[in-house]
Amino acid sequence: MLLKELTEASGVSGNEKEVRDLIKSTLEGYVDHMKTDGIGNLIVYKKGSKPGGRKLMIAAHMDEVGLIVKDVDSSGLLKFMPVGGIDKRVLVSKAVKVGQQKLPGVIGAKPIHLQKRNEWSKVLDMDDLYIDIGASSKEEAEKQVSIGDYVAFDTPYMEMGNGTIKAKALDDRVGCSILIDLLKSDIDAEIYGAFTVMEEVGLVGAGPAAYQIKPDMAIVLEGTLCYEIEDLDSHEMPTIMGQGPAISLIDRTTVYDRSLRENVVRIAEENSIPYQYRKTSMGGNDSGKIHITGTGCATTGISVPTRYIHSPLSLISKSDYHNTFKLVEAIVKEFEKGAI
Amino acid sequence: MNFNVELLEKLVSVYGPSGDESLISATIRQEIGGYVDEVTTDALGNLIARKKGDGKKIMVSAHMDQIGFIVTDIDKEGFLRFGNIGGISPDISLSQRVMFKNGTVGAIFSEPLDKPSERKLENMYIDIGAKDREEAEKMVSVGDMCIYYSPFSHNENVVFTPYLDDRVGCFVAIEALKRITTTENDIYFVFSVQEEVGLRGAKTAAYGIEPDFGIAVDVTAHGDTPKAKRFAIGLHKGAAIKVKDNSIITHPSVRNSLIDIAKAKGIAYQLEVLEFGGTDSGAIHVTKTGVPSGVISIPTRYVHSTVEMASKEDIESSISLLEGYLSKKL
Repeated sequence: MLLKELTEASGVSGNEKEVRDLIKSTLEGYVDHMKTDGIGNLIVYKKGSKPGGRKLMIAAHMDEVGLIVKDVDSSGLLKFMPVGGIDKRVLVSKAVKVGQQKLPGVIGAKPIHLQKRNEWSKVLDMDDLYIDIGASSKEEAEKQVSIGDYVAFDTPYMEMGNGTIKAKALDDRVGCSILIDLLKSDIDAEIYGAFTVMEEVGLVGAGPAAYQIKPDMAIVLEGTLCYEIEDLDSHEMPTIMGQGPAISLIDRTTVYDRSLRENVVRIAEENSIPYQYRKTSMGGNDSGKIHITGTGCATTGISVPTRYIHSPLSLISKSDYHNTFKLVEAIVKEFEKGAI
Repeated sequence: MNFNVELLEKLVSVYGPSGDESLISATIRQEIGGYVDEVTTDALGNLIARKKGDGKKIMVSAHMDQIGFIVTDIDKEGFLRFGNIGGISPDISLSQRVMFKNGTVGAIFSEPLDKPSERKLENMYIDIGAKDREEAEKMVSVGDMCIYYSPFSHNENVVFTPYLDDRVGCFVAIEALKRITTTENDIYFVFSVQEEVGLRGAKTAAYGIEPDFGIAVDVTAHGDTPKAKRFAIGLHKGAAIKVKDNSIITHPSVRNSLIDIAKAKGIAYQLEVLEFGGTDSGAIHVTKTGVPSGVISIPTRYVHSTVEMASKEDIESSISLLEGYLSKKL
């Protein structure tokens, strides 16, 4: 299963090669052109039977949040920094993979027995945590690890409940997977696909990708935040799992083009695809760079609701995945027809 | 002073929050029709009006978008929850009227709070007087935007109204372009979109135009009210020529050129060193290989409130300064 391979690959921002190579090999034979640009984005082109029309760009970012080794201490423990927005409360006692060889490691901290009472109520700081790779000295650790090595969470893909997927990095491998499915499908359309790098550290790859593609319209595929516990009012739930793709209204980086958004809603309704709005103005995504690159273009943000993003594991619903795919496919067909 | 107060009132009254500027764009397009050689709109909605000349390309940018609110949820009882578009203050918004594009009017209020400091946009709502969700949805949809709805007032000295930011900049640009008789410069008047959410329209407009010089016209803050934070800008002291803000250190050649024109023509001016904020020149000056840029600011009290106040004399000085700059061969 593609989403299993995609989420189990390591691709912390700036170190997306493994994910990129996997996507390249998956798309071999399904697209007309592929290239890796100067910053590491994978740009793919599918001609369709009527090439040369208005340009449609579909973007999904390859990178995920993670950690980077900043020092090795005398006892062989690794000190680290976060890469991208990570809630430090989720780190302790998690399994990780360190460096290119994917050395197993554990994020350790002082045991509860040794903590003073006032430490119990405090959140452990990044500096109180370390990665233990089972080395007994600095020298031993340095034979296997060096400063600057990337660290990804070690979370196997699994399916649980009634059609729920549990994996790390669903933000945004779920977007990558939907884009791959679309490019591999028999859809007859001209598509520029951008698998971007370093979204999690400031939308770094998307600008250069849009600069070279010069799209007339762009779709940004995301796994977006989802939080819907029972004591919240409806406006406090950004998205709800199982209720279909979330269409963006506004976030920190984009006021989404209104007429395009209305077209997306129309397409969803005409095709009986369930949808919801992303009810928060927090966060941002590659659209923030794409829509203001060059002379600008209209963008739409379409996301699979994803619980517990930016942590070692996240959940999505398979039905949301399929409905997101159907919506994107329908949008592409409408674009190809010139209806949007 | 022949102050066209009717035009300013019209400009501040037309709907156009960041991302939905079509109505104000149409209003401005109509207003400038006979005075420019060509008018275009780009992908983001910037209105670009060109007054052709053989000389240097100058981009004048005044943003036509305004701060406001976007509906993110409509609850069972018909109350609207919202997010901010640009710099919206919870305190200023409490008990204000708002208006949607279709004319629907609502009131902003807040859930009961123990302490005023707990007031955040998340616990505020818009009441449009609907009896339930179904009725509300006939008037407003999720994703619709609204703006402050509050009257325009003026007297001999000042105007005060919501949305001088930056319809007064649009006003200055329009009045200057009407007054320019001859120029050798190739002038692009940009009425830009989405300034309030991060100078987004000016960025794509400048990319398309590739100007030799950039001038933004926008409001700036004030330091002349009781116990105001120290800031050497006040009303009735003239057009402000910006030295810096958080988005730009203006180019010395542009800044000095503005100062020279003000001195030569006897136009009242003051120099502006703003410690926060930014405007379209911030995006223009770093476009492509760089664009020497400056800013003419209209000193304005209470920016981002419903009673933004500016001096008629300062507005007039700003028009004269812009007209003088654009008329001079660069």
